[in-house]
Amino acid sequence: MKLSFPARAALFGFTVLTLAFLYLPLLVVARLSFNPAKSVSWPGWTGYTTEWWKLAWEAEGPREALLNSCKVAFVAMLIAMVLGTLAAMAMARFQFFGKHAVSFLLVLPIALPGIVTGIALQNTFTREFDLGFMSFKVGLGFHSLVIAHATFCVVVAYNNVVARLRRSSPNLLEASADLGAHGTQTFRYITFPLMRSALVAGGILAFALSFDEIVVTTFTAGSGFETLPVWIYANFSRPNNVPLVNVMATFVMIVSIPLAWLAQRLSEGGDG
Amino acid sequence: MGERLEHAPLLTEVDLTDGRASEPSRPLRGVNRAFHGRRGLGVVTTLGLPLSWMLFVYVGSLLLLVVSAFYVLDPVTQKPGSDFTLDNIVAAFNVFDPAVRDTIWVLVRTVGVALLVTFLCFLIALPVAFFIAKVAPRWVRRGLMVAMLMPLWAGYLVKGYAWRAMVAPSGGKFAASGKGDGGFLDATFGWTPGYGRAAIVITLVYFWLPYMVLPIYAGLERMSPSLLDAAGDLGAKPFRTFRSVILPLLMPAIAAGSIFTFSLTLGDYIVPQMVNNGKEKFMFGTLINSTLGAPNQPLAAAYTLWPLLIVILYLLAMKRAGAFENL
Repeated sequence: MKLSFPARAALFGFTVLTLAFLYLPLLVVARLSFNPAKSVSWPGWTGYTTEWWKLAWEAEGPREALLNSCKVAFVAMLIAMVLGTLAAMAMARFQFFGKHAVSFLLVLPIALPGIVTGIALQNTFTREFDLGFMSFKVGLGFHSLVIAHATFCVVVAYNNVVARLRRSSPNLLEASADLGAHGTQTFRYITFPLMRSALVAGGILAFALSFDEIVVTTFTAGSGFETLPVWIYANFSRPNNVPLVNVMATFVMIVSIPLAWLAQRLSEGGDG
Repeated sequence: MGERLEHAPLLTEVDLTDGRASEPSRPLRGVNRAFHGRRGLGVVTTLGLPLSWMLFVYVGSLLLLVVSAFYVLDPVTQKPGSDFTLDNIVAAFNVFDPAVRDTIWVLVRTVGVALLVTFLCFLIALPVAFFIAKVAPRWVRRGLMVAMLMPLWAGYLVKGYAWRAMVAPSGGKFAASGKGDGGFLDATFGWTPGYGRAAIVITLVYFWLPYMVLPIYAGLERMSPSLLDAAGDLGAKPFRTFRSVILPLLMPAIAAGSIFTFSLTLGDYIVPQMVNNGKEKFMFGTLINSTLGAPNQPLAAAYTLWPLLIVILYLLAMKRAGAFENL
């Protein structure tokens, strides 16, 4: 299809505008974190202070929330990597009954609205289960948050690993077997090295997803446990805390965007 | 989710344990011996753990939620008690009740917003994806796509907050005193939608746009250029080619993207809180959340059945449109 030059130029201009639309709000927040005034009013490009960054560094609340977020995201990431890899190996290597249902099931936690997932998990975690010989309640806190986050992070790890396994040639596995390697050797020398970078990419994205999550978190964290998004959510409408929210929001962007970019690079490579 | 860019055909399944491989030269021991020739065992050990996690934790919770909508709220424990009732379902679904009619009005409005956001995302995503996939030089394509996707990871609240700062009206609670003291839009262009419905729609479009660009880009990337050339050779002008060739072929990809734009909008209640005026229950998520504040878990459970039903119906419709091959 031959497009005229004005048509191509218009498409180019529209794409540039869209990119500006995507990045401008992020730049605005970053700028505001250096804003001397305590408001979200646009200060223009003059007048800078690093006072809020120092203040945020010393403040107790945001630092603890940040640490909590990292802990939850790290454990949820580990669980998601294990479960996602296992599921990916099963889906890429075997044919079995109900395979489509399994892939549907894995996507469900991110396809359903967060509020449904959140209420459903909260309902389960706060309920007393009577098994006859014992009864137990999961309760809310760090552990319930990890369970909830791991559940919707599995799909990210799974997606990355399964795509890599599907792209890698089955000849490699056959060659390995022909050379006399048994199952564990093939896994150790062929399958695992093949999927390693995809697994790391999936892990990073799972970490980012958990780190960022707010809806399911508010329902499953309980009142005593605050993650960074929960802290921002609780403070964005308090005029006094606007500068700190600006700083923390900017901090999240500075950390997560390069990580996502790294994950992107890792999942591109290693086609074997 | 970058892996979705690739849509390699499903390679033939390889099963190392079915005896096609040559017999090992040394006798197998331990794990390898136990698994040799037992494919079912392989499926169970790999899939067993993730599947039971998803079934017990997730599907179990969803079922329990549906069930708990049928029970009375225990006034002592504030949890679903043991008495069966249809009251919650009636309270959430009885369309003849004026109070429920209000609820349904909010629901219709929310579905309307979700459809509008989906449509706007589509309108923006299509030319952008087309430019990246078919017009831009090959070497910048990946870079442009990465640039499109990165804001997805900037943090949900961060982005919601960013729009709060963008659209802040002048003279607001958070504004410095003086003239032209609004957020970025007000200060730079002298115009801002302010907090309210328009801001909600803009912010939601901003949030979910990359989810629409990605599948449409992948769909265009897969589309053979010879199809477009053939349409041109048959005398079709670019617009005709677009309408009769590109758009029909893109339908599954658009359906796949719309799953996220539609479903994520439907359940959102944070954005309305960040960029809306006052306490208006504009979106259905806000309504559910306020029922929880009561707190009446069984009633909230009954209310969540609405979005659950709508999203599942939507997913099934999109499955028919071939969306799942494009996820």
